[in-house]
Amino acid sequence: MFSLIKKLARRTPLGWLQLSREKTRFLVALSGIAFADILIFMQLGFEGALYESNSRLHRSLNADVILISPQGRNLVNISTFSRRRIYQALDVPGVKSTEALYTNFADWKNPETRKKTSILIVGTNPNHQAFNLPGVNANLEKIKLPDTVVFDRATRGEYAETIAALEAGKTPTTEIERRTITLHGLFEVGASFATDGTLITSQENFLRLFPRRQTGAISIGLVELEAGADPTQVTAALNAHLPEDVRALTLEEFINFEKDYWAKNTSIGFVFRLGTMMGFIVGVILVYQVLSTDVNDHMAEYATFKAMGYRDWYLLGIVFEEAIILALVGFIPGFSISLGLYSMTRKATNLPIYLTMARVIFVLALTAIMCSLSGAIATRRLQAADPADIF
Amino acid sequence: MNEESVISITGLDHYFGKGQLRKQVLFEINLNIAAGEIILMTGPSGSGKTTLLTLVGALRAVQCGSLQVLGQELCGASKGKQVQARRNNGYIFQAHNLHRSLTAMQNVQMGLEVHGSFSSREMRRRSVEMLEQVGLGDRVHYYPEDLSGGQKQRVAIARALVSHPRIVLADEPTAALDSKSGRDVVNLMQRLAQEQGCTILLVTHDNRILDIADRIVHMEDGKLASAAAVP
Ligand SMILES: Nc1ncnc2c1ncn2[C@@H]1O[C@H](COP(=O)(O)OP(=O)(O)OP(=O)(O)O)[C@@H](O)[C@H]1O
Ligand SMILES: [Mg+2]
Repeated sequence: MFSLIKKLARRTPLGWLQLSREKTRFLVALSGIAFADILIFMQLGFEGALYESNSRLHRSLNADVILISPQGRNLVNISTFSRRRIYQALDVPGVKSTEALYTNFADWKNPETRKKTSILIVGTNPNHQAFNLPGVNANLEKIKLPDTVVFDRATRGEYAETIAALEAGKTPTTEIERRTITLHGLFEVGASFATDGTLITSQENFLRLFPRRQTGAISIGLVELEAGADPTQVTAALNAHLPEDVRALTLEEFINFEKDYWAKNTSIGFVFRLGTMMGFIVGVILVYQVLSTDVNDHMAEYATFKAMGYRDWYLLGIVFEEAIILALVGFIPGFSISLGLYSMTRKATNLPIYLTMARVIFVLALTAIMCSLSGAIATRRLQAADPADIF
Repeated sequence: MNEESVISITGLDHYFGKGQLRKQVLFEINLNIAAGEIILMTGPSGSGKTTLLTLVGALRAVQCGSLQVLGQELCGASKGKQVQARRNNGYIFQAHNLHRSLTAMQNVQMGLEVHGSFSSREMRRRSVEMLEQVGLGDRVHYYPEDLSGGQKQRVAIARALVSHPRIVLADEPTAALDSKSGRDVVNLMQRLAQEQGCTILLVTHDNRILDIADRIVHMEDGKLASAAAVP
C-alpha cells in the first residue's frame, strides 16, 4: 500500500497533463459530464418528489403503527376491515391506544367553478389528534358541526377565491353527493397521483356523507405505542395476534407501501429510470468521444512509451486517470447547477424536491462508473499503439 | 562468438505477412557488436534496416535464428521479457516523438520513470543535468511546440540517454534536420556514448556522418552485404 503511494507520487500525472493542455477538449468533456449529471439529478429528483408527494398524507399521520386490510393496494384502493381489530390490537403489549380513520373518494363541486372533481374525504375522531397538521388540529371542534370539513389549501385546481375566503374567516359551502357541506379552516398536504386534494372531517360527518358505509368497516387503524416500545417488534406481535383479515405496518412501511405501489404498478418509475439511463448513456458517449479522440491523438506518444519499456497497464492508467479526473471535476458544476434547479423547481411547482446526501453519493458514483466505462471502451484503441511502427 | 558481444545475431531471418502474402525481408543475418562500438547501417530504402533495428530493440518478436542482446536470447522471449529488454535501450527515432503535453524536462523524465528506481527529486535533477549536457539548460520548461526541430531531437536524445542505457538504437536521427543541426546531433550522440560507454547502432542515409562510425555495415535486399571497418 505504502509502496503504491510512493509509486504514484513518483508517477508523472500524464492524464492530468494531457487534459489540462487541451483546454477546449477538457471543457467539452466537463460540460458533457455536467449535462449528464444534471439530467440524472433532475430525473431522480422528480421521481423522488413524486413518490414523496404521494405519501405526504401518510407522513402527517400521528401514529407509530398502521393497520390496513391486506387487500388494500394504495390510498385509492385501501379497502376496509372490521373496527373490532383496533380494539383487539389493544391487547398487544406496547400498544397505548388505537384510532380509526375512514377514507373514501367522492365527487365534489368546486365551490368557485361548480365543476365536479374527485376528492379524498377522510373521517377522523374529532377528540383525537390523528394528524400532525396544525390546520386540522385547530379545527377539530369545528368538524364536530354537521357537514363541516377542513380544506387542503394545496389542492390541485382553481381554489384561489375559496382559500382567500377561508383565510378571511368565511365559510364557503358546496356540494358532495347532493349534500350541502361547509368548509371551515385550512390545512396543507397537497395533491398526489391519487387525489387532487383532501377534505378532513369527523367520522360522524363522514358516515353521513356515505350512508351506505357501515360504521364497523374502517379504512385505516392508527396505533399509538407506549413510550419506549419498538415499532418493529409491536408490528410483528400485532401481525401474530390479529386475524388474517388485517395487516400491521410500521408508519415507515406504510409510507413505502404507497411509494412502492406507484413505483411498481405505474410506468412512472420506468419513465424516470429511462430518463436516468438516457443521462447516463449521453454521458458515456460524450466522455468516450473525448477520451478516444485523446487516445488517437497520442497514439505515437503511447507507442513511444511502449518502445521505451512501459507496460500496457501504464497506458491504461493514463486513460483511467483522465476518466476519474473528468468524473470528479465534471461532477462539481453538474452538482451545483442541479442544486439551483432543485430550488427553482421547488419554488415553481410546490413539489417536495430535495437533494439528499444519498442521492449526491449515488450520482457521484454513477458519474465515476460512467467515466470509467467510457475510459474502458477508449482503452481498446491502445492495443493499436505498436512500438514497431514508430521507427 | 565474441565474449564481449553486446549484440550477437546469428542466422536471423524475418518474414512479414501470412500464407500467400508471406514475404521474407531478412535473410541469414549474422552480426556481432562489441561493447562501446558505434555501428552505422546503410542501405537502400526497403532493404530491411528498420526491421533489423526493431528486432534488436525487442519491439518485434524474433521469428527464427538467434538474437542475443546483453546475453538475453530474444528469439521466443515472452512479452514480459520483451518489455523488460526494451528498458535496456535508448531509442532515437527519425521523428522526435516527444509528448506534446509534457515539457522538455518531463519528457526526459519519462526515460527514467520507466525504471521505477529513482525518486521524483532525483529524476528531476538528472533530467535537468541531461538537458544541460545537450545544450538545452535554458529550455528545460519549454513544451516541444516551442522548440526547433534540432532542439526537439536533442530533447529526444536526452530522453534516450538519461538512464545511461547500454545500447542506443537510432533510426535516421538526422533525416529531419539541416546539415548543421544533423552534425551537432550526431556529435552529441558520439560524445555522450563515449562518456557513458554505450554501444550505438545507427541507421542512416546521410553520407556526411559516416566518419563517426567504428564500423559500417551495409544492408542490401535483406542481406548484410559487407562489414567494413572505417579507416
Ligand atoms: N509491417 C510490415 N508488414 C509488411 N511488410 C513490411 C512491414 N514493415 C516493413 N515491411 C517491408 O519489409 C521490407 C523492409 O522494410 P524496412 O522498413 O525494414 O526497410 P528500411 O531498410 O528501413 O527502408 P527505409 O530506408 O526506407 O526506411 C520492405 O520491403 C517493407 O515493404
Ligand atoms: Mg527504415
